[in-house]
Amino acid sequence: MSSTTHVLPLRVYFAIFFALLVLTGTTVAVAFVDLGPLNNVVALGIAACKATLVILYFMHVRYATRLTSLVIVSGVFWLAIMVGLTLADYATRGWLGVPGR
Amino acid sequence: MTAHSDFPAHSAFPEPIEEAPEPYEHYLNHKYGLASWLLTRDHKRIAILYLISVSFFFLLGGAMAVIIRLELTTPEGDLVQADIYNRLFTMHGIMMIFFFLIPSIPSVLGNFLIPIMIGAKDLAFPKINLLSWYIYAIGGLFTFYALLTGGVDTGWTFYAPLSTGYTNTPVVLVALGIFITGFSSILTGLNFIVTIHRMRAPGMTWFRLPLFVWSHYATSVIMILGTPVIAITILLLGAERIFGVGIFDPKLGGDPVLFQHFFWFYSHPAVYIMILPAMGVVSELIAAFTRKPVFGYHFVAFASIAIAVLGFFVWAHHMFVAGISVYAAAIFSALSMLVAIPSAVKVFNWTTTLYKGSISWDTPMLYALGFIGLFTIGGLTGVMLATLGIDIHVHDTYFVVAHFHYIMVGGAIMGYMGGLHYWWPKITGKLYPKFWSKVGALTIFLGFNVTFFPQFILGYLGMPRRYHAYPNEFQVLNVMSSAGATVLGLGYLIPAVYFIWSMRYGKDASANPWGAIGLEWETTSPPPVENFDKPPVVTWGAYEYHESRVQPSLPPPKQEVMRVT
Amino acid sequence: MSPEAHSTAIGPRGVAAAHGSTEQGHTGAHPPRLAHHFDSYAQQRESASLGVWVFLVTEIMFFGGLFTAYILYRSKYPEAFIAGSHQLDVMLGTINTAVLICSSLTMAMAVRSAQLGRSKAIAGFLVATIVLGSVFLGIKATEYHHKWVEHLIPGHDFHLEIDHLPTHHGKPVASELPSGVVGESRADVPLPSAGPQDIQAHTQLFFFLYFGMTGLHAVHMIIGVGLLVWLIRPSLRGMFDGNNHNYVEGIGLYWHFVDIVWIFLFPLLYLVGRHG
Repeated sequence: MSSTTHVLPLRVYFAIFFALLVLTGTTVAVAFVDLGPLNNVVALGIAACKATLVILYFMHVRYATRLTSLVIVSGVFWLAIMVGLTLADYATRGWLGVPGR
Repeated sequence: MTAHSDFPAHSAFPEPIEEAPEPYEHYLNHKYGLASWLLTRDHKRIAILYLISVSFFFLLGGAMAVIIRLELTTPEGDLVQADIYNRLFTMHGIMMIFFFLIPSIPSVLGNFLIPIMIGAKDLAFPKINLLSWYIYAIGGLFTFYALLTGGVDTGWTFYAPLSTGYTNTPVVLVALGIFITGFSSILTGLNFIVTIHRMRAPGMTWFRLPLFVWSHYATSVIMILGTPVIAITILLLGAERIFGVGIFDPKLGGDPVLFQHFFWFYSHPAVYIMILPAMGVVSELIAAFTRKPVFGYHFVAFASIAIAVLGFFVWAHHMFVAGISVYAAAIFSALSMLVAIPSAVKVFNWTTTLYKGSISWDTPMLYALGFIGLFTIGGLTGVMLATLGIDIHVHDTYFVVAHFHYIMVGGAIMGYMGGLHYWWPKITGKLYPKFWSKVGALTIFLGFNVTFFPQFILGYLGMPRRYHAYPNEFQVLNVMSSAGATVLGLGYLIPAVYFIWSMRYGKDASANPWGAIGLEWETTSPPPVENFDKPPVVTWGAYEYHESRVQPSLPPPKQEVMRVT
Repeated sequence: MSPEAHSTAIGPRGVAAAHGSTEQGHTGAHPPRLAHHFDSYAQQRESASLGVWVFLVTEIMFFGGLFTAYILYRSKYPEAFIAGSHQLDVMLGTINTAVLICSSLTMAMAVRSAQLGRSKAIAGFLVATIVLGSVFLGIKATEYHHKWVEHLIPGHDFHLEIDHLPTHHGKPVASELPSGVVGESRADVPLPSAGPQDIQAHTQLFFFLYFGMTGLHAVHMIIGVGLLVWLIRPSLRGMFDGNNHNYVEGIGLYWHFVDIVWIFLFPLLYLVGRHG
C-alpha cells in the first residue's frame, strides 16, 4: 500500500517485447511442420506463454496484490468449467452405443 | 482514517440515539427536483430509483400472472388462445426474472445498505452505479416496447431453433433488452465486489461483515462470471436470427443443445443470484428478531460462497431430456445435489439461531420464518428434480413450475419483502402500520401456498406446463391455485398501499426502531448524504447481541483497527 | 448544490455536511483528484485497478462462449475448419499479431510514463498506440474486404470453391483432435458421412466464428482506440502522476487484454492444419 506504484525498468519491457515477437514467429513456423495432434498443443501452449508474459509484466500482475492474481485465476478457472463440462457432455455422447443417448 | 482511531470503542454498539432535531439534512431532503434524482451518484438515491423501476416490472409481470391464472380456471382456452397464452407466460417469465428478481434485492437493498453496513460513504464507483440503472432502464424500455408490440412466445428460455428460425415474434428486440440489462447486473456486481474489498471502514474485518454483505459478495461473483455468458449467447442467437447462419440450427450444422448449455450456464447460477441475497436478508432478520448472533456465522458466510461456486457445476440438470450424454447427466445430477449441502447448512443454522432466542414476531420476522419454510420445500423438491429418474418423469410439468416458484416467490420475494419491511424505516425514515403489515405478511404466506402447493400435485399427476388448456380432471386443483393467486395478489397490494401511505402519514422512525445491531442502525433514519456523521470505526463483530449487552461490565473485545484487503 | 449551501448546512448533523458531499463540497483538506468517498490515493488506485480486473474477468467469460463454440465445432467438423482456415492470409495475420504486440509495448510505456508523471511522453506513447491500433484495424478491414469479394461472408451468398478442400498427403483429412472429443463412434452407431453440401455449411460455420470472434475483437479495438484518443488531452494537461494515473493504467490493462485475445485468436483461426 505504498503511495506510489512500482515502476519497472525499461529493459524488462523490451525483453518481454522481443520474447513475444520470437514466440509469434515460432508459432507460425511450427504450424507448417506436421506434429500430428501436437500441433494444437504447441500452438495453444505458445499462446498461453505469450498471454502469461503480457499478464505478468505488461499488466504488472507479478508486482500486484494476491487478490489480482486470484481474480485472474478465477476467471480462467470458470472458463475451464464452462469449456470442460460442456465438452464432457459431447465427448461422452457415443459411449453408451445407443443412438440418441 | 487512523485519525479517528480514538473514537469510542463502543461505537458499533447501539445506544439509544437522541431523536434528531427537525429538520436535519439527510439524503432525501438535501436536494430536490427531478435532476437531483436522475443525475444523483448517491447509492441511496439510486437504490430508490431501482425500487421504483423493479416495482413497475413486478406489477407488469404480476398482471400477466393474473391473466394466466384466470385462463387456467377452466379447462378450455376461453379467455386467451394458445398464441396469446404463449406470449403471456414468456413475458411473465422475462419480466419477473430479468427485470424484477435479479435486480430486486441486490440493486435496491444491497445498493442502499452495503456501503452503510461496511461503513463507507458510497460504493466504489458511484457513476458506474448510476450508469447501471440507466442501462437497466434502457433494457427495460426495449422489453417493454416488445411487450407493447405483442411480446415473444418462445418461453423465457429462448430455446433454439424455435427462437432463431421459427417464431415470428420480436425475439431480437427482447434479446437486446436482456443483453443490455445484463450489463447493468455486471456493473452492479463489479461495484459490490470492489466496494466490499476496498471500502470497508477501519476495523471492519471480513468476519465482522454482516452476512447480508457476504451473501451479496457471493451474488456479485455469480453476476460477474455468469452474466457475460448469457450476453454472448444472446448475441449469437440474434446473429443467427438476423443473418441466418447456423450456430445453433441443426439444419446448417449447428447444435441446439449448445444453446441450452450456454443458456443454463448463466441461468442456473442466476437462480442463486435471486436466492442468495434473500438468504442474506434472512440472516439479518433472524439475528435481529431473536436477539442472538447467527449460529455458526462462519459456516453461513462460507455457505454463500459455496453456493456461488457449486452453482456453476450443475447447469445441465435442466437438460436431462435434451439429449445430453447419460454420463454427463449422471454427473450433473450428483453435482446438483451438492448444492443442497450449503443450503441446508444455512437452514439448520437459522433454525438453531431461533433456539432459545428471544423471538419477537414483528412483520419482517414473519417473512423470514415464511422464507425458511418455503425455501425448504422449494429446495427439497429441487433435490428431487436433480434426481435423474424423477426429473425425466416430471420434466416440463407443473411440478417444476411449483418448485421454482417456491424458490423464487416463496424464497426470493419473501426475502425481499422481509428486507423491505425491516429497512423501510431506515430508507424512508417512516414507520408503517404494524397491524396491517402483519395482515399483509400472513395473507401473502397463505395465498402463496394455496397457489403453488396444488401445482406440485398437478405436475405429479402429469399436467404439462405452458399449455392454455388441460383435461377436465385437473380443474379442481387449478381452481384452487387460481383462488390462491387472488389471495396472493391481494396480499401484495396491502404492503403497496401502506408503504405509500407511510411515506406521507407514517410516524417518524428513530435511528434504530428494532433495537438491532449493525452499522446501518448507528446512523440516522434516513441516513445523511455520506451515511455517517463521523466515519465509523468498528470494534465489534456482527450480531454481538448477547454477552456484552447483558453484562455491560464485560470488557469489549481487543480493539483491532486494520484494513484487510 | 452550491458550495455555499454546504458550508451553511453545519448543524447538529454538520460533520457529514462539512466533510463535503459533492465534488464542489470539498474542504481544503481533501486532496485534488481524490474522489470524495475515498480516503487515500492508494485506496482509490486499488479500487480502480480491482474494478478493471474484475471487468476483464467478465470479458474472459464473454469471449469464452465463442471459444467454447469454436472448440465444439472444430472437433465436430475438422475438415471444414481446415478448409476455412486455408482461406485466411497467414502473412497478414502474422503482421497483425506483430503490430498488436508493438502496440502493447507502447501502451506499457505510456503507463510507465504516467507513473513517472511525464506528460508529453504519455501523450507520445498514446499516439503511437493509437497509430498501431489503427494499422491493425486497417489490415483487418482489408482482410474482411477480401472475404467479401471471395463470397466468404456467412449468410450472404456464401460459397467455398470445393477444389480448395485440403487433403492430407493425398487422403481426405480425418479428425485431427484426439478421438473422444466428438464422441467415439461405435460400429453399431452409424454416423452420417459429410458430403460436399455439408462442407459448405460447416465452412460457413467456421467463417461465422471467424467473423464473430475477430469482429468482436475489432469492436473492442475500436473502443480501445476511442478511449486512448480521449486520454490524450488529460495527459497533456498533466493530470497523471505517481498518485493518480488510474485512467491510463485501467485503459492500458484493457488494451493488453484485447491483445491477449488476439494472441489466442491468431493460431486458432489462421494456423489450423497448415502443414501437409
